[in-house]
Amino acid sequence: MKMLMKGTEAIAEAAIRAGCRLYFGYPITPQSELTEYMAKRMPEVNGVFLQSESEVATVNMLYGAACTGKRVMTSTSSPGFSLMQEGISYMAGAELPAVFINVMRGGPGLGDIQPSQSDYFQATKGGGHGDYRMIVLAPHTLQEAANIMGEAFDLAFKYRMLVTILVDGMIGQMMEPVELPEWKNIEEFKEPDWALTGAKDRKPRKVTSFDLDPYELEKMNLRYQATYKKVTENEVRYEEFKIADADIIVVAYGTMARIVKTVVDSARKEGIKVGLFRPITLWPFPYERLSEIAGNVKHILTVEMSYGQMLEDVKLGVNGKTDVEFYGRSAGVVPTPMEVLEAIKKIAR
Amino acid sequence: MAKKGYVEIDSDRCKGCGLCINACPQHVLRFSDKFNDKGYHYAELYDPDDKCPGCAFCYYMCPDVCITVHRVTEERV
Amino acid sequence: MATVDKIVAQMPKSLSKIEFSYCPGCHHGIVHRLIAEVIDELGIAGRTLMVAPVGCSVFAYNFFDLDGTVAAHGRAPAVATGMKRALPDRIVFTYQGDGDLASIGTAEIVHAANRGENITTIFINNAVYGMTGGQMAPTTLLGQKTTTSPYGREPKANGYPIRMSEMLSTLDGAAYIERTMVTTPQNVIKTKAAIKKAFQAQIKGLGFSMVEVLSTCPTNWGMTPIEAMKWLEENMTKTFPLGVFVDRTKGMI
Repeated sequence: MKMLMKGTEAIAEAAIRAGCRLYFGYPITPQSELTEYMAKRMPEVNGVFLQSESEVATVNMLYGAACTGKRVMTSTSSPGFSLMQEGISYMAGAELPAVFINVMRGGPGLGDIQPSQSDYFQATKGGGHGDYRMIVLAPHTLQEAANIMGEAFDLAFKYRMLVTILVDGMIGQMMEPVELPEWKNIEEFKEPDWALTGAKDRKPRKVTSFDLDPYELEKMNLRYQATYKKVTENEVRYEEFKIADADIIVVAYGTMARIVKTVVDSARKEGIKVGLFRPITLWPFPYERLSEIAGNVKHILTVEMSYGQMLEDVKLGVNGKTDVEFYGRSAGVVPTPMEVLEAIKKIAR
Repeated sequence: MAKKGYVEIDSDRCKGCGLCINACPQHVLRFSDKFNDKGYHYAELYDPDDKCPGCAFCYYMCPDVCITVHRVTEERV
Repeated sequence: MATVDKIVAQMPKSLSKIEFSYCPGCHHGIVHRLIAEVIDELGIAGRTLMVAPVGCSVFAYNFFDLDGTVAAHGRAPAVATGMKRALPDRIVFTYQGDGDLASIGTAEIVHAANRGENITTIFINNAVYGMTGGQMAPTTLLGQKTTTSPYGREPKANGYPIRMSEMLSTLDGAAYIERTMVTTPQNVIKTKAAIKKAFQAQIKGLGFSMVEVLSTCPTNWGMTPIEAMKWLEENMTKTFPLGVFVDRTKGMI
């Protein structure tokens, strides 16, 4: 049954249905409603909600709760996501699973509260220190966001990795009909064999990202790298929209992809054969598939609410096979379909 | 004089800090002339007059948990 | 005449027997042992989780036979909060130095205490940053020379030593806070009693508990272990008086 829901609420409810019973967070626009929703909802499902004193504290509470092997999450926006980078690096090194929601807003610095996609680098290339990766998922509708929550937690535990759902203020704040996913039975989740729960009747376990012996730390890092390789080989996700006969392929994700879908149809009405390639996993990025389809088109246009972050991955994937153009606006300004259509027309000429 | 107590000191763990020697009310602990593998003069029991009562003050002060304290009592028959 | 030989003191079960990496005469080892003794006596090893800090005791999680982790610098109270909220019936403690707790971690400890988070913090105050080579800490005494206060700590430039036990005791969530030291066997026994009370406060769910243990850092103070204890007794206790600052455990444990 479909319900009219706000993005932040749909994501929160879907997370609970996916088995998350621990939420730590801090208010920040434009996602405070997610935090508030969790404050009300978690006690109803015998879960834990805690508003922490800062995003720094939030990510560390996440670290502690994740140590116990349970499904934990937080949500924040860009400035808060910055504060979490230290903790993210620590959690990545400790191979702790958790889900982060970043509802991106205009930056840098205090910026504004309107939507942007300017944390792409931070999420995919690592805002924290060290050689680590996070799985980054970018839904473009509320329904997709709700559906992806279960997958997010499953991936996190399958690979012992962090998963970030990268959305923007538009998705966070808009209202759409959503059919919520089925409830997962949390009794079926087994305690992982690395979880810290008290060493009764067993050897003590340690969770750490630390080893002063560089050869031991290297072993740990090679283990992470092997995991990342597996994820790259098995978990790439993308959507292709009307690309079969396209002369121009637009690459976009999230809200921007949604706008581009409208533009694709407008452009086709005017005789321009445009398609959309929509990465769903921003990490691992669909380089291979992009490379395959790049050979068949005259132009690739990357459209982002940034000044060219995913653009660099697009260029890597295309690898010179064809022309890569860019159109973007950031700082909280959302491009209109007309602007994007204009950018396409410019290339088509 | 019967022995009332004695201590065993793990000379490999000992870092020669001297806290036990300093705390011993009976002054039956001293630095050994010998070195351990770490290069420290470790603490050792020197109690020819059986003064050690097994008070465990040395144990309380030892930061490296080197010491095991024994108390010896006469068995009541 | 037959004799009975009884061991009255030995390595506690909850210590892992791995040799401590601390300097000779450092008080970390004494406090580690006391924590292990208390955990053994209370019979809680099987349900205890520990959070080590960044500092000399960064390896503390290896020295105890307990489930454990190490937190980012200053963040241990937040990590402990996450653990305790996830598993409320386990015993969770943090072990932190003065740089960790009173400098970078001030927000985390204040808010954990303020929430009355049911965790126990063992706070080792040796008035310097030990692990990084003896820099000034928030708890460094006025006039004390360190590598970043080479002319002696001066209030105009660097403020005053911060009294965390007093500060945290103003928070309603604090159930038990005491400051002790381990310079003599008598003080060691008192510290053990304080640590035991702190863990018992947690077991009874009374709120946040902390024991601040004034400790020596012979290496960075440039003294022998014995000289360092003398300096502590003569100087640190003037700025950091010993005693109980809040005790809401009366009649409850």
